[in-house]
Amino acid sequence: MGTQTALSRVAIPWRRWVHPVAAWFRQHFGDTPLGSWLLGAAVATLLERLFGATIAYYLGLGSVPAIFGLSIVLKTPALIPSVLVFVLLMYLLPTLLVAKFTTPLFLRWEERLSTRVYVLLHVLFLFLILYFWSQVDPYRLLVLRLLGINILLTLSLNLVNGWMGEFSVSVAGFMSVGAYVSSVFMVWGFVNDDVFGPAFFPESLAPLAFPLSLVLAGAVTAVSALAVAIPSFRTRGDYLAIITLAYLFIVKSTFENLDFIGGPRGFMNQPEVASFTVVFVWVVLGIWVMHNFVTSTLGKATNAVRDNESAAEMMTVDTRRVKVVAFLTHAFWSGVAGGLYAHVIGYINPSSFDLRKSAEILGMLYLGGLNSVSGSILGPVLFMFLSEILRPFQLAKWLVIPVILIYAMVRRPRGLMGFQELRVPFLVRRRQAQEEARAHAVAGD
Amino acid sequence: MEQLAQQLFNALQWGSYYALIALGYSMVYSILMLFNFAHGDVFMVATYIGYFVAVGLLGLASLSLLPLSNVAVFVLTLILTMFLASFVGIGVELVAYRPLRDAPRASAAITGLMVGIFMETAVLAALGASRKDFPLLIPPITFTIGPVHVTNLKLLTLAMAFGLMFLLHLFISRTKIGMAMRAMSFDYAVVPLMGIPMNTIIVFTFALGSALAGAAGILFGMAYPVLDPYMGVLIGWKAFVAAILGGRGSIFGAVVGGFLLGFIEILVAATLPSTMRDLIAYSIVLLILTFRPYGLFGEEYSARLRL
Repeated sequence: MGTQTALSRVAIPWRRWVHPVAAWFRQHFGDTPLGSWLLGAAVATLLERLFGATIAYYLGLGSVPAIFGLSIVLKTPALIPSVLVFVLLMYLLPTLLVAKFTTPLFLRWEERLSTRVYVLLHVLFLFLILYFWSQVDPYRLLVLRLLGINILLTLSLNLVNGWMGEFSVSVAGFMSVGAYVSSVFMVWGFVNDDVFGPAFFPESLAPLAFPLSLVLAGAVTAVSALAVAIPSFRTRGDYLAIITLAYLFIVKSTFENLDFIGGPRGFMNQPEVASFTVVFVWVVLGIWVMHNFVTSTLGKATNAVRDNESAAEMMTVDTRRVKVVAFLTHAFWSGVAGGLYAHVIGYINPSSFDLRKSAEILGMLYLGGLNSVSGSILGPVLFMFLSEILRPFQLAKWLVIPVILIYAMVRRPRGLMGFQELRVPFLVRRRQAQEEARAHAVAGD
Repeated sequence: MEQLAQQLFNALQWGSYYALIALGYSMVYSILMLFNFAHGDVFMVATYIGYFVAVGLLGLASLSLLPLSNVAVFVLTLILTMFLASFVGIGVELVAYRPLRDAPRASAAITGLMVGIFMETAVLAALGASRKDFPLLIPPITFTIGPVHVTNLKLLTLAMAFGLMFLLHLFISRTKIGMAMRAMSFDYAVVPLMGIPMNTIIVFTFALGSALAGAAGILFGMAYPVLDPYMGVLIGWKAFVAAILGGRGSIFGAVVGGFLLGFIEILVAATLPSTMRDLIAYSIVLLILTFRPYGLFGEEYSARLRL
């Protein structure tokens, strides 16, 4: 605390540049709602989709900078001016203009539309932003889809590690079960494969059957998770961590010994059905379900089990049911994420679901923060962002990321959003929220 | 039968590695109630340190700068490596665990994991992907006892493991620091009130555990002379399983758990196809933990556990 106040008193030279900009920003965009910003960003990404390549060519960048040019800047600092101009022209200018001009429109909508419709509108804009952005470059497409999968994994892991207070490391194991089940289902049904013979159904039906295969993958994973859930009745903490670890090793070893799905060589030929839209829909669905779960009575019961199991039992919480439901939900969504992963990558092998994968997800989870849906979204986003801009540095990436994570854990031991939540209805209706706060302040609450 | 007796020695050898590493997990756990997830990588770094110390000493000996016999090189390597490895452990403590003393335990687990990944990558970056061959410090001699062939290395590993465990037992039961360690594992909160410098004791615990891992590293390097930066991951996690199997925080349990895991693994590998080793071994571990949820010698879960 002391150091922080001392730091804020230090005269930072760029302050005098920042202050006027901030004042100008506040004057012109003070009451611009989130929706306008999202629409602005959607327009900007659409423009980038249409003209980005041309502009990048004339700026001497070769191709559109993949992640806002951050890794280009780190690799060849000579291109900083071009990248700055590109970001200014392509992202900042359109976003600001559109946000400015649609502000009145959104303020009107804010009052007319119901919260549910209004939030859905924001999700739609978010989808458009990401969709246009991902269409420019196959690399962006891949990264965004993997990000979605990581969000699902982190969120589902948060259920057990955060809300229930256990330490599960089996997330990669759940993922691999889901990946294999959905891959086998899809390849057996819809692909002419050497191992599984000719397709049963025409390949055009594959996208329709994909959700079914994911649900199946989730269900099978959930059933296999009983191996972890049942021991959790009698034990918790470190022993449960070991049981989840053993589960991970057992699953990996099982797949290595199953020869008809490739054994250690891996399994491929998955049909290309996991488009960005599909992944986005599943991620939104997952976030919605998980949010509803943790705000439900059952979610509170899960928290009660974490804080004090005996007390929860006495308060009529059925702790066994809570544990089973939490583990099975965790496993189900991890399995779904695994199925998505298999079809995004198009190739799986047992060693791609090892302890390292679990450690990565755990890193995202604890960076974002326990017990927080928004933290489970923020964590993977930051982690992936870091790891992608550091990708050109290959080995050094795994020197920098641990250092950053350790620093983050030391500064904020509960993670960035641990035990806190962004409240979406308030986020999208800032003005209303501000007015309410003002009214409360006047009333002396 | 002969084969079984032969495998018995293999099991004892692997059990020694697991037990020596598991001791490091257990000692830290008994005091801080958290698992040092970087311990496997401490073992890896220690093995590399042992490699450089051994190569350096052999170089000096061959230049006849130091009149050292091979056995003297081995003993010196062992002592120097254990000494240097303890500083690796202390470094991990200072970076990953001390700043998070009052934080949730899981956060400390994450910093531990991250320090481990950092060490793997650092070794990989510093030494490249080429594998290092551990020098042959002791010429192999094979003894034949009846139908069983035993190398001197296996016997040495076994003797060293038991010797070090005995020394550790003496240290913990007879010295003042050992007494303080026992006191801390008994009641973490009261110990500082008695004027015991808590952080010093914790540093000692990490140093001891890492020194044992260093000894295991030398013995392992002599038996399996190919080193790579990821060797610590698998052995470290298996030793972790052994520590849990024995009962968390129980030093005797860690030894028993280590040997038990060694036996399970070797016997499975000897009787079934070797690809099934992990599958069966961990299924057995799972079964044991289902019937004895707190490990073989562990205490029941209590409110003492700081989550």
